This record gives sequence, structure tokens and C-alpha cells, in this order.
Amino acid sequence: MKFVDEFRDSSLAKPLLVELEKSVTKPLRVMEVCGSHTMAIFRNGIRSILPESFELISGPGCPVCVTSAPHMDAFIAMADMPGVRVAIFGDLFRVPGSNGSLANASSRGAKVDIVYSPMDALELAVNNPDDRIVFLGVGFETTTPGIAATIMAAKTRNIDNFMVFSTQKVMPPPLIALLNDPELQIDGLLCPGHVSSIIGAGAYQPLVDEYELACVVAGFETTDLLNGLILLARQIASGKRAVENTYPRAVSWDGNPRAQKMVETIFEPTDMDWRGLGVIPQSGLKIREEYSHFDAEKRLDITIPEAEEAKGCMCGEILKGKSTPPECPLFDTRCTPAKPIGPCMVSSEGTCAAYHKYGR
Amino acid sequence: MCLAIPMRVTEVKGDPDDFTTSQIATVDSDGISKEIRLDVVDRWPNIGDYVIIHAGFAIHTLEEKEAKANIELIRKMAEGMPEELLR
Ligand code: SF4
Repeated sequence: MKFVDEFRDSSLAKPLLVELEKSVTKPLRVMEVCGSHTMAIFRNGIRSILPESFELISGPGCPVCVTSAPHMDAFIAMADMPGVRVAIFGDLFRVPGSNGSLANASSRGAKVDIVYSPMDALELAVNNPDDRIVFLGVGFETTTPGIAATIMAAKTRNIDNFMVFSTQKVMPPPLIALLNDPELQIDGLLCPGHVSSIIGAGAYQPLVDEYELACVVAGFETTDLLNGLILLARQIASGKRAVENTYPRAVSWDGNPRAQKMVETIFEPTDMDWRGLGVIPQSGLKIREEYSHFDAEKRLDITIPEAEEAKGCMCGEILKGKSTPPECPLFDTRCTPAKPIGPCMVSSEGTCAAYHKYGR
Repeated sequence: MCLAIPMRVTEVKGDPDDFTTSQIATVDSDGISKEIRLDVVDRWPNIGDYVIIHAGFAIHTLEEKEAKANIELIRKMAEGMPEELLR
């Protein structure tokens, strides 16, 4: 068992598709929450083979896309400080703030390092004792445990010139915010794979109980995705609602307690600003007082500036599932991956980037 | 960001209960080997196990029996089994 090939078995895809068609008995609208799902669905060509009455819309689960312009501006302000180097995941490099991106800052001399892991940023701090290294925490539940472990390691190893600026976000609250929006009518959620491997499938039970939403956790291979969509269609057809988990090889009901404990030790919930969605109560994580020595926001005394989102960019509407990229007048004209205007076109998981890459 | 394919563990270092030790595994996929952190993995892996990795950290150790049950579930779905038999 290699845990991949089995789930890419193309001989299973066809009968699954037949089953999907049988299961869709009335029009339905499902949101895929996770940016990696958006990309996987496009890459597997699933959008083009869906039954016509099955509408699949993209949600707010691309971490780079939901990073607000004021946060980007604060990141750039830090990169411009003397003696400071910011360490980022590559996706963030070209995301526009209200006045340019980290790429622009870097070309005028700011120090921006692209890292693969927060641990690499810690090593950067060890190797550059005269610089202060700020890791920019942008991500959901999958990324937070590693950042927490890195802060823990910095403390244990007494590494003084390492800090984190946290814009870490948590998943259920924005979904609840969206569900409370009367304009957005959805029947079900394709719940994220690896976020759920941390928080557990049980985290979606309140959405079933309070919003009567069909919730199915799915993996990223073709057969995983089709299986997930079949279960959603069946729940919606039968009127029976539940959290179903089609990704048990990675996701349990309770999630990963070791990671949850690490996160709780270092972080506490806070209100957080989301691009396009605004401030959502208790939807983010800040570093606890005990670890404030590693909190860049406090140590560098950062105030988040007021900022304006790019004019004409519809990312906000797209992240809410209310519009699709082709409805944006700038899509593929003034806004392309080579010259992006909004974050949904920059990120490799952004919905605009997906539509651009794989066509409509 | 989340699409990492599971990788096979070839070496494990550190003590699962002691965060002051370096909790590191070497993983291998198609002949490429690299070191990853085990600080937040749900179940401490053995050599030969597969792990899901995110940004340099293993977040989940896969168990063969779960994966087999998972593919079985999908196969049954493809055979058009009635829903109630799948639970
Ligand atoms: S196409 Fe560009 S400008 Fe339009 S919504 Fe997407 S990112 Fe924003």
C-alpha cells in the first residue's frame, strides 16, 4: 500500500461518476472550502464532468487569498525595518497590499527570505545572529502546529532573534459567518482534508446541527473527491444530514491531539481580519502573553495600518462564493498570474488562478 | 499547500515524550530523502510507516488498515452498493 496509487485508480472513476449522476436527483449547491480542493477538482477535470444541476462553488480556504491588505502592508513595513528579515512561504511574495507587494519591497532592498518550513526560519535566525528574523504566519490549522512547535523550539534553544507575526486563522468561524449570510444559499460543504486531520471531522457537527448542512470530509485524489461528492448528493437528496468522513486514512473524529495541545500551549483565540470577509470574532490565533517574547507584533511594536483593497478586484465576492472569476471585469485582462491585481490570482490555490490555469 | 503525498519513514530520532530532544524522521519518496519534524505528528511513526507532511512537519501517520478500509469504501461505492450497506 502506497497510499496514493490506490486512490488514483482510474478504473474506479467511471463507475463513481455513474453513481454520482444517479445520486443527484435535484439541483444542489455545494461549497468546497479548501484551496487545495479547488485545485485538485480542476486538475482532475471534475468540474467539467459534474452533472449540470450540481453547482460547486469555491470558499474562503486559500490562506494567502484571505490575508488582508492591511496585514500585507504591515508585513511590508516590517521587511523595510533596518536589521529585520522576513521569512515567508513563497506564495506570499507577490500578494499585493495597498501599495505594492513584498516582491516590490525586496527589489528596493528589503530582506525577504522564502522558506519551506517555519523551522527553516528558525535556522535563519541561528545563522544570522545580527538580524532579527520574523516568520510571517499565514495559514490555517494545518500550518499552526508547526509554527507553535517552532516557537517552542526557539524558547528551548534560547534563540532570541526569532519572532513570529501571526495572522493564523481557524476554519469553522468563517464558515459560520458565511452561513449567517442570507444571500448565500448552500446545501452542503466539502470539508477540507488536512485541516480536518488536525481538528477532526467532529468539528463540523455544529454546522449539521445548527445549519442543517450536509458535511463530508474528503481527500484529494480523484476517487476521494468523487466519493465525497456522491455522499453530499445523497445526503441532500435524502434530507438526512450528518458529518461523513471519506478520508479516514488521514482524518479521525477527534483529530490530532498532540498538535492541538501544542497549538493551545502557544496560541489563544482572537478576532481576525479576513480579506473580503472582514473581522470575524475568534477566527484567528495570537501568541499567548507567556510567549510574547516571540511575538513580532509586540516586540517590533507594529500597528496594523488602514488600507484599501485593490480597486475593482472582486476577490471578496469570490471568497464568499457569490461570484466566479469570469464575472470580474479584470479577470484575464488586466489581472493575470504574471501581473496579478488581487490575491486570488497570486496564490497557487486561489480560485482566480485555478480558473486561469484550467479554463472556465 | 495541502497536497503533499504521503512519504515513507526510513529513520526516526528523538523521544516522543520529550520536546527538548530533536524529534526528527528521515522520509523518502521516489529516491528523494529529506528530514522532517515529528513534534506534532499524531502517532509516533515506526520505520516503514507513511506520514503526511505539511511545511516540514509530519502531521499524521497513516495506518495500513485504515487506508485499506478507505479504498474498500470507495470500491463499494463504485460498485453501486446501496447506501445502507456502506455504514
Ligand atoms: S481576477 Fe484579479 S482582480 Fe478579479 S477578482 Fe480575481 S484577483 Fe481580483
